[in-house]
Amino acid sequence: MDSEWVIDAQGLEKSYGSGTSRFDALKGVSVQIAPGETVAIVGKSGSGKSTLMHLLALLDEPDKGSLQVAGTDAKSLSKRAVNELRNKEFGFVFQQFFLTPNRSVLDNVILPLKIAGIGVKERRGRGMEVLEQLELADKAGNKATTLSGGQKQRVVIGRALVNAPRVIFADEPTGNLDTATGAVVEDILFELNRSQGITLVIVTHDEELAARCDRQIFIRDGLVVSHAGPTHTGAHALHTPEALTTAGGAA
Amino acid sequence: MRAKDLVTTAISNTFRSKLRTTLTVLAIFVGAFTLTLTNAVGAGVSQYVDAQVGALGSPDVFIITQASDATTAGDGPVTYDPKSSASVSSQQGPPGTTTKALTDSDLTKIGETAGIVSVDPVRAVQPDYIEYGTGSQYEFSINATSAVTTADLTAGAQLDGGASDAQLVLPDTFVTPLGFASADDAVGASVSIGITDILGAKHTVQATIVGVSLESLLAAGAGANDALIAELADAQSGGIATAVTSYGVAVAHFDTTLSADAVTALKADLATQNYTARTIADQLGAVQTVINGIVGVLNAFAVIALIAAAFGIINTLLMSVQERTREIGLMKAMGMSSGKVYTLFSLEAVVIGFLGSAIGAGVAIGLGSALSAVLSQGLLSGLPGLNILLFEPASVAFVILLVMAIAFLSGTLPAQRAAKQNPIESLRYE
Ligand SMILES: Nc1ncnc2c1ncn2[C@@H]1O[C@H](COP(=O)(O)OP(=O)(O)OP(=O)(O)O)[C@@H](O)[C@H]1O
Ligand SMILES: [Mg+2]
Repeated sequence: MDSEWVIDAQGLEKSYGSGTSRFDALKGVSVQIAPGETVAIVGKSGSGKSTLMHLLALLDEPDKGSLQVAGTDAKSLSKRAVNELRNKEFGFVFQQFFLTPNRSVLDNVILPLKIAGIGVKERRGRGMEVLEQLELADKAGNKATTLSGGQKQRVVIGRALVNAPRVIFADEPTGNLDTATGAVVEDILFELNRSQGITLVIVTHDEELAARCDRQIFIRDGLVVSHAGPTHTGAHALHTPEALTTAGGAA
Repeated sequence: MRAKDLVTTAISNTFRSKLRTTLTVLAIFVGAFTLTLTNAVGAGVSQYVDAQVGALGSPDVFIITQASDATTAGDGPVTYDPKSSASVSSQQGPPGTTTKALTDSDLTKIGETAGIVSVDPVRAVQPDYIEYGTGSQYEFSINATSAVTTADLTAGAQLDGGASDAQLVLPDTFVTPLGFASADDAVGASVSIGITDILGAKHTVQATIVGVSLESLLAAGAGANDALIAELADAQSGGIATAVTSYGVAVAHFDTTLSADAVTALKADLATQNYTARTIADQLGAVQTVINGIVGVLNAFAVIALIAAAFGIINTLLMSVQERTREIGLMKAMGMSSGKVYTLFSLEAVVIGFLGSAIGAGVAIGLGSALSAVLSQGLLSGLPGLNILLFEPASVAFVILLVMAIAFLSGTLPAQRAAKQNPIESLRYE
C-alpha cells in the first residue's frame, strides 16, 4: 500500500503573468517521488525550484501537465480533499520561518493539528512529544520571537512533523542558518527519514545538502536537465541521469 | 478547525493589537452606550405613561361629554329649555369653551346605545380637608373618576366599586403628615373628611383607607369608591335636591368583547347623538406619539454613531488582514479552508462588536441607574413612579445583538479578502 503512495508529475508547465510580461517558470517537468526516498530539487536562483515544489505539494495548480498523488489525479480532487491531503499527509518548511510572533512555541507547532480539528489535550500531547524529539521542550511556553534562528527552524520542522506526515517539503531549510546550525537541522531531517520513513523533498542550491539526498533533480530555466551536477562533490552521490529523472520536457 | 478553536483563536487574535482593538471598541462603545440609554429612556417613559393610563381608567371605559359644537359661534343664541339646557362650567372641557352638561335623560340615552354596558355620572365633590384622629387637617381633593381607575399602589388594595362602605385610596404624600409610620400602617385606618355644603354648613364623613398610591401626573387627588363619593355628594348638596341633576362628565363601560373597529363605530354612533366619547388611549395617544418620536430621533443618532464605528471595524480588520497575510497563507497552505479563514475573521469582527456593545451596555446600565436614582430624588421628584431610565433585559440584549450583527456585516469585506488569498502569493509577500 505504502509503496503505491507515489507523487507522479508529468509534463508540468507553469507560467506567470500574461502578454509581453509572461514568464514561463516551468516548461514541462516530469518527476516521480517514491515513498521513503529523499529527493533534492537543485538549481540556480530563479530556475523554478520553488514553483515545482509548490505544484508537487498541491499548493498551486499547473497550467499544463498532470499530477497524480497515490494514483489519484489531483485535478479530480475536491478543494476539501486537497486541503485534507495537505493537512494530513504533507509537512511544510518554507524559505522563511513564518512563525506567528506573539504565540508560544507550542502553539506554533500544533497549528496543523488545530486546523485538523484535533482536541486540545491530544494536540498538546503530540506537540510536546515533537518538541521533546527536537530538544525544545523547555522552550514550549516561550514566545516564538524569543528564539534563535536555529531554534526557530527546529520549531518549523516540529510544525511540519506534528501531524505525522508522509512527505515533508522543505524549501531551503538551511538557507537562513549558519553552516553549523544548518548541519544540525539537516541531521534532524535525515534522521526523520531514516527512523520514520518520511519522504523528504528538499529544495536547495546547497550542493552538499543535495548530495546527502538519495536523488537530485537538477532544474535550469524551468526544465529538468539530465546532466550537470556539483562537480566537486563527485558523481558518487549521484545516480545515473536516466535514474534521476524521466526527462519529460528536457528534449 | 473546530468551532470552539475558531472562537478562542478569534478572541486571542482580537487582543493581539491591543491599542487598535481598544480604539475600535471605544467607537462601538459610544454607539452602544447611547443606544442602550435612549432605549431605556423610551422604556422608562412608556412604562410611566402606561401607569398613568392605568391611573386614568380601565381600557373598557369611555369618558363621555356633550359634544361642544352644540353651540357653535355664528348659530346665534339657542333658545333656553329648562329640560336640557343645564350648563356646567366643567373642568373637563378645553379652556375657553363651555361644555354643556349631561342630564339624566342624556345618561339614559347613552345607556341605551348598543354596545354600552353601563353609564355612571361623574359627581364632582370638593372636600375641604382630611384628618386622622386628632392630628392636623390637610387640604385634600378627590379624583372624581377614581372609581373606574387603577391606582399605582404602594400598599394595600384597589378600591372595591361594589362595596357599601366608604373606601379611600390615599396619595402617599399624605402618609407621614397624617401621622402614619408607613404606607402599610395607613392601610385599614379610618380618617375623617371635612366638607362644606352649598349652604355653608360643615360636615364630616368617615372613610377607611384601603390603599396608598403614588401620586399620578394625570389624575391628581385621592381615590374614592362610589359609596364614599355618594356620601360626600349628599353632604355637599346639603339635602337639597336640584330640579335638574346635571353632570359635566359621565363614565361609560362598553362591552369588553368589542373589536377596535367596533369601538370606533360605537364612538361614531355616540358622536351622531352629540356626545363626545374618548377612551383613555385616545387621551394619551398624542403624548405617546410625541415620546416615541423623540426616542426614535435619539435612536437614530445612536445608530449613526454605530455606522461610523462599523467603518472603524472594517478599517481595523483590513489592517489586520494585511498584517497577517503570511499567517493566513501559512494556515491555508496547511489545509485550512477558505470558509474557515472567512469565519475566523468574521468572528474577530463579532468579538470586537461584542466587546464594544457589552461594555457600552454595561456602563450605560451602571451610570444610567445611578443617574436615574439621583434624578428621581431631585429634578424629577415631582413625578413619583417615573423611572426615567428603564433597562429592560430584552432591549439590552437586542442592542448587543444588533451591534454584533453590524460588526459581522462590517467584517464581511476584510474576511472575504482574507479568504480569497492565495497561499503561495501570501507566503511570497514581503
Ligand atoms: N508570482 C509570480 N509572478 C511572476 N513571476 C514569478 C512569480 N513567482 C515566481 N516567478 C518567477 O518564476 C521564476 C521561478 O521562481 P521560483 O520561485 O520557482 O525560483 P527558485 O528556483 O525557487 O529561486 P530561489 O532559489 O531564488 O528561491 C522566477 O524567475 C520568478 O521571478
Ligand atoms: Mg525558491
